[in-house]
Formats: sequence, structure tokens, C-alpha cells
Amino acid sequence: MTSNYAPDGATQLEIYKRVALLKANDERSRKVIMTGRLVMPYYSYRGQEVIPAAMATALTDDDYWVTIYRGIHDMLAKGMPLNDLWAEVAGRVDGTCKGKGGPMHLTYPKKGIMVTTGIVGSSMPIANGIAWGSQLSGNRRVAVATFGDGATNIGAFHESLNLAAVWKLPVIFLCQNNLYGEHTTYEKATSAKRIADRAIAYDIPGVRVNGNDPIEMFAAAREAVERARAGEGPTLIEAMTFRFNGHVFGDADAYMDKEQKKAAMEADPVPIFRARLIAEGIASEEQLSAIEADIEKRIDDAVEFALASPFPELDELTKDVYAEGVAA
Amino acid sequence: MSDTATKAKPVTMLQAINTAIADAMEADETVLVLGEDVADPEDGGVVGVTKGLSTRFGDHRVRSTPIAEQAIIGAAIGASLVGYKPVAEIMLMNFTTVAMDMIVNHAAKLRYMSGGQTNVPIVIRTMTGTGFGSGGQHCDYLEAWFAHTAGMKVVAPSNPADAYGLMRAAIDDPDPVLIIENLPIYWVPGEPPETGHVVPLGKAKVVKEGTDVTIVSYSRIINEALAAVEEMEAAGVSAEIIDLRTISPWDKETVFASVAKTGRCLIAHEAVTQFGVGAEIAATLQSQFFGKLKAPIARLGAPYAPVPFSKPLESAYAPGAKQIAEKAISLTK
Repeated sequence: MTSNYAPDGATQLEIYKRVALLKANDERSRKVIMTGRLVMPYYSYRGQEVIPAAMATALTDDDYWVTIYRGIHDMLAKGMPLNDLWAEVAGRVDGTCKGKGGPMHLTYPKKGIMVTTGIVGSSMPIANGIAWGSQLSGNRRVAVATFGDGATNIGAFHESLNLAAVWKLPVIFLCQNNLYGEHTTYEKATSAKRIADRAIAYDIPGVRVNGNDPIEMFAAAREAVERARAGEGPTLIEAMTFRFNGHVFGDADAYMDKEQKKAAMEADPVPIFRARLIAEGIASEEQLSAIEADIEKRIDDAVEFALASPFPELDELTKDVYAEGVAA
Repeated sequence: MSDTATKAKPVTMLQAINTAIADAMEADETVLVLGEDVADPEDGGVVGVTKGLSTRFGDHRVRSTPIAEQAIIGAAIGASLVGYKPVAEIMLMNFTTVAMDMIVNHAAKLRYMSGGQTNVPIVIRTMTGTGFGSGGQHCDYLEAWFAHTAGMKVVAPSNPADAYGLMRAAIDDPDPVLIIENLPIYWVPGEPPETGHVVPLGKAKVVKEGTDVTIVSYSRIINEALAAVEEMEAAGVSAEIIDLRTISPWDKETVFASVAKTGRCLIAHEAVTQFGVGAEIAATLQSQFFGKLKAPIARLGAPYAPVPFSKPLESAYAPGAKQIAEKAISLTK
């Protein structure tokens, strides 16, 4: 633990605001799907909120992020507006991608959210290119690629870490190790005892942290960001966490170890973080309740905004294939 | 070639492509080059297409990469998302298979999936073609896969001047463009391009006018079609030869105008005939000209087989001048 990089109280509160937003948004998403108000493929991130909240707090709006299908927590943490997000997952014209991307392809360049990919492992090669752009222009912007533990077994991971290392790119490979790749356990699919150890093969720093601990997670994020900005190259962060729900909304998660899941949910990082902020006098109960109530209100408004937004006109079907909108 | 004495010195396609990239890099500092061996310490490419560029423009703009095609195309896509125009070399067309996810799922689709918020102005250069005894994994023509992918543009020049002009257009294009370079014709000299010459994407060229049959082709097979002219004329058949130049989006207007005149069409390419580019063109033409055609639309391509090594087999793989002449003549009988 490098205490130099530990967050102060104000920073912890910033992290918590993001955590609370992410948790509330996941709970609302599942509720909205369950009540039949929206139909979409949904990959719950409940339990993993602290990782992107801490990472995003260590970045600026100008930094870049490439995320994956289980990535709504990453995008909200990085600053995607709720209205744009909800209208997009509802397939409406006011969505950030005019409804044409959906929950797996949310994009919001204004806050550096450049690509959301539905392909396991594919966030990393693209994040490298973005980081190459930063390196060429000298703008000190960092690129973060998030992915799951399962993605570290695909070729793109290895090609990307190698290239980032030999080109010394300002990129952070942030693995959210939730112990399952789709339905398969970490142990069945992954040869390395720790994903962080895979960094050794590429001669870059690899660090395993408790991703559910905001202090530890922020310190690792901050250190990686500083290395990248200083031109010292990439870092692999393995953030340990647990996915409270199945791979995709509606899967019965029968493949998940019930005891393990029960223990993980009892150690839910969000209420633990919340209680600690109060116990340490960083925030009061009233203050946090007010923050949470405001979040609920903003989500209420975003859901209503989304459902009131029209669907795209059918002429959108063949627009944006090329710049001029011509179909071949 | 006798009239070239009064013109500028002929150049090869290899030189023309090199010059096009150099001119684009000179004109626009956001143009980058990356790929295996592309920088000068690595000989400026496996056959030297990018020779001299890293010395002239710096190794930050012209970077040799690991042999890692996903990483190459991913790096090109990422840099293009933040304002650069990368020209990525995938050494051989068969190696695009290793990067298909990056090309098909990402480069081609990001503009659409982001609702137009992002775009991917990259060029992917790749070489291929039978003739050098490379066997089954080094010389396929896979253009149909990419032409079938919404969002990709696919280009295949047949001569140095077009190669220059298409390269300049591709680099300036706001969308991903795949340029297929035929390896055996890299060293064939041709008329030199003028500096800054641009061949618009999606525009075919009538390389020889005729009245009896339209021959549509691209890349090296254009040369075979031109070599077939003498035999066709001896048989009294006047062929109009169209170099498609851009495979997708293809120039329907030019092809339609020609077929409206001739009433007959033969499509010839080096790729396997089955499910190939010829099938798409033939289907479009029969819809447009049903009842007006004087003969069934014909296709000539490779057989449904991988490329063989043994010389007589390899030579029989892609359509040649003799087959083109025979097929075109047969359409007029």
C-alpha cells in the first residue's frame, strides 16, 4: 500500500458520490426491466461499483476510457449524463448514440468515453491507439481500458500489453476480477494464480488490489495515472471484486457458488464505505442521505425523460454507415 | 510504351504508393504509418513500400510494430478516434483474418454504433495475389468479406497512377478504407501520377471502350482483360473494359451505362467465384436489365479451392487472358 496516493476525506466523498450513483442506477435498471418498462440486454455490475468510482476520481474529464458491455458503471463514473444514458438504453433518439448503439455500445466523447465494446478483450487494443495519440500530441491524457478477468485469456490482452510496454504508452489496463468469466469460474479458465502476475511477462508494473476498498483502489489508480502522465508507460491493475448477479439479467446464476455469493453480498462494499465515511467524520448521515435522495430524483427524471423521448425515425437505419450517409 | 519518351518517367505501383503516402504525410501531420517492418531500420516494409518514410518523417510517425495484427488495427482505430489518420499495413491479406474483430466489429461499426459521434478514418493497406508460389495462406483475395461489412470501403488499384490517387483519397476519407495491393504487379511500370492527383472512391474507369460486351474487373485481372483484347478483336468482338477501382461502394452508374450499351457482361476477378464480388454485381445487373440482356451474365474467378503451390496448378487458379477472351466471345455467339 502506497500511502502517498491515499485519498483525503474530500476525495473519498467524491468517490462515494460516484459509488452511490452507480449502485442506485443498477438497482433501478433491474427494477425497470423487471417491471417491463424497458427491454434490453443488461449486464449488472452490482458489487463492482468502487472500482470505476475510484478510477474515475483519479482522472480528469479529458482522460479517455474504453469500456465493455458490463460497463455502465464505468461510463457513469466517467461522467456520462443520466438522460443520455437512459434514452440510449431505451433505444430513443435522445440517447447518446441516437438509440443505435444500445447498452453495449454507449459512447460519449465529451467525457472521454470513446468506445464501449461488446467483444471480450477488445477494449485494450483500441485504448492503446488512443494512448498513442496522447503520446504523439504530448497532451498528457491517459487512456483507461477496463475488462474482466475472462478477457485476460484472449489474445487481444496479450498483444495489447506487449505493444503498450514496447511503445511505453500512457494506458492503464484495469481488470475487474469478479471471479467469473460469463458462467465459468476463474480457476477453471485462468492459469495464472493472479492476473497481476501476467504483467511480469510484459515487464510492466502489475498490482493486485482489493477493488472493493476505495482507499486501496484509489491509491493504485492514482499511482498508475501518475506513471502514465509522466511518460513511464502502462500499468496493469487487477481489482478484486465480485459480481452479485448473473452474467446477464435473467440468467439463473445456478453456476455461482451460493456460499461464496452470500459472503460477498454480506461484505457489500457500498454500505461498508458509507458507514466508514460517517464513523470517520468525513460525512454525516444527513449529508449522505441527501446525496442519495438527489441521485434517486435524478434517476427518476432520467427514466421519465427516456421513456418520453421518441424512437428514431426509420431513415436512421442506413444513416451513419459512412460519413455522407450513403449505403453502398 | 513508345509514347512514354515524351512523358514523365514511368513509375511502379510500389513507388506510386510510397509517394502517395509521403505526399499525404507532408501535407498533413496527423497522417501516421504503422505495421510490421514498416520503418527504415526494418527495411521500410517487407518489400519496401514504405521505405524512406520513417527517415523523412520520424519514427514517432512511422512505427514498426510487433507481429500482432489485432494490436496494429486497434492502435490505428484508437489513434483515429483522437484526431489522427493512421495508415496501417497488414502485410498480407490473409493476415487480416487475425484482426477481423478489430476491422469488422470496431473500425467498420463505430461510426454507426455511436450514432455518428465518432468515426474511424484509417487506411488498411494489404498485399496479396497469386504468382509467387506462396500457397494457401499468403495470397487469397478476401475482398468479398470486407465488401459485405457495412461501414468498410474496399479499394483495389490496377496501376500506379490509380494507386496513387486512390491512396490519397483513402487517407483523406473520414471512414475506414481497405486497400488491396496486388503483389505481382508492384514492380510493373506505368504512367506516373501527378502530385496531388486524387481518384475519388466509388468511381470506376472505362479503360477501353467497346460495344459488344462489358468486362468488369479490378486489380491485376484488369491486365488480363486488356491482354485478351487482341484475341477478342480477332473474333470480331468489341469489349468495353471497366476497372472498378473501388469494390465497395461500387460504381453502379458507370457499369449500368456500359451494360445498357452492350447488353452483355462478364465479371472477372482473382477471388473464388462462389459468393464473390461477381455474384453481387451479376445479381444487381440482372435486376436492372432483366429482359434486356443479350446473354446471361457471366463470371470468371478462382475455383472453389484454396490457392495451390505447384506452379501449373497455381497458374490455372486465377482467370487469365485466354479464359477471359473465350468467355467474352462465347457470350456473343
